[in-house]
Amino acid sequence: MVDITFTDAKGTSRTVKADVGATVMETAIRNSVPGIDAECGGACSCATCHVYVDEAWLAAVGPAEQMEEDMLDFAFEVRPNSRLSCQIKVTEALDGLKVTTPSKQG
Amino acid sequence: MITTDVLIIGAGPIGLFAVFELGLLDIKAHLVDILPKRGGQCAELYPEKPIYDIPGFPIVTGQGLIDNLETQIAPFHPQYHLSEMVTSLVSKGTPTAPRFEITTDAGTQFDAKVVIIAAGGGSFQPKKPPIAGIEAFEGRSVHYAVRKMDSMRGKNIMIVGGGDSALDWTLNLQPIAKRITLVHRRDVFRAAPHSVNTMRSWVAEGAMDLIIGQVTALHGAEGVLGSAVVRSDDGTEQTVACDALMPFFGLTMKLGPIAEWGLNLHENLVPADTGTFETNVPGIFAIGDINTYPGKLKLILSGFHEGALAAQKVHRYVYPDKKLAFQYTTSSTSLQRKLGVA
Repeated sequence: MVDITFTDAKGTSRTVKADVGATVMETAIRNSVPGIDAECGGACSCATCHVYVDEAWLAAVGPAEQMEEDMLDFAFEVRPNSRLSCQIKVTEALDGLKVTTPSKQG
Repeated sequence: MITTDVLIIGAGPIGLFAVFELGLLDIKAHLVDILPKRGGQCAELYPEKPIYDIPGFPIVTGQGLIDNLETQIAPFHPQYHLSEMVTSLVSKGTPTAPRFEITTDAGTQFDAKVVIIAAGGGSFQPKKPPIAGIEAFEGRSVHYAVRKMDSMRGKNIMIVGGGDSALDWTLNLQPIAKRITLVHRRDVFRAAPHSVNTMRSWVAEGAMDLIIGQVTALHGAEGVLGSAVVRSDDGTEQTVACDALMPFFGLTMKLGPIAEWGLNLHENLVPADTGTFETNVPGIFAIGDINTYPGKLKLILSGFHEGALAAQKVHRYVYPDKKLAFQYTTSSTSLQRKLGVA
């Protein structure tokens, strides 16, 4: 288990335990973290699990793949550190990961 | 006015399989769906994704499941009304003999004994960008679809997006617009290569503008747009004159008009009886992801079960004088005749 901290658009933070191998989106849904809708359930088909990855964690998380970049076109207020949380797999290396959720998912 | 035994709202997997269970009981159904195709989320969100928990199919794709369901229900000749959304539902009957008049946004009217809501996560509707004050311009200057091309003639049009919808409208409207500005967040387009190439050649010729960035603000008065502010990745902003904005950010699911039909709602879900899947309104049923009850699981297999049980109660409304004898498709010649195999 590793720790992931979700901060919402208003600045409220929640730190939850994540299973290695699960996705960041699944971790949010299992822990009832607000700000992640995940309408499609993790199929990289809806862009409603959009998060901003904390700058310090960008290298560890890595870049989005082509399909995810395409889907990010449907998200709002996309920034260079935008990712879809259903496409980020939790690993030991991500213990302490910090992400921020946007003001609106879709 | 189309008269039918049952109107099913939603042509996703659960609505489709309900046709089968109703059909075995000699009940005819029409289906309405807001999408231009059958299959709901399976076809729209994950046509290529494998599903692993459909009984009897170790693996099947979203579209594969829908194709099989269509084959399975073909003997019952379901009638589809696609690209239409049910907007109004008026009760004309009594609790023991329900009847409903249903109207869609395309003006199609139904007279149905029973309504089955199989609307999944709700109706797919265009995503609205979170630009402050955008609502004030919707309808007059901000359009998520264009019904009459000519209404856009001579306008400064800003189109936002990088997929086929954005590019198709760019190409279609450029000849009649005063000026087209296409705005996309990155210089990569998902649209068909031919459309992208045409767009790029027009930009090179100066026949239209392309800005890589995101719309951050709209300016105008009394619902009439005057300009839009576009911010680039490097933080620079430019103000572009435009009197029509067309954002294409895909679809999202909204409960929509269902909320206005007198049904009990619980967190945008419709509570249903677990013996019949009837709602609090006699004659209106709710099956699949749209319903809720103790222990509810949003699984396709649960929706199939719900449709089968709902059909039993629907039979009582459609054939109040007939007694229903339970039969199996494996052994009943009568059912096999309906399926066209006996």
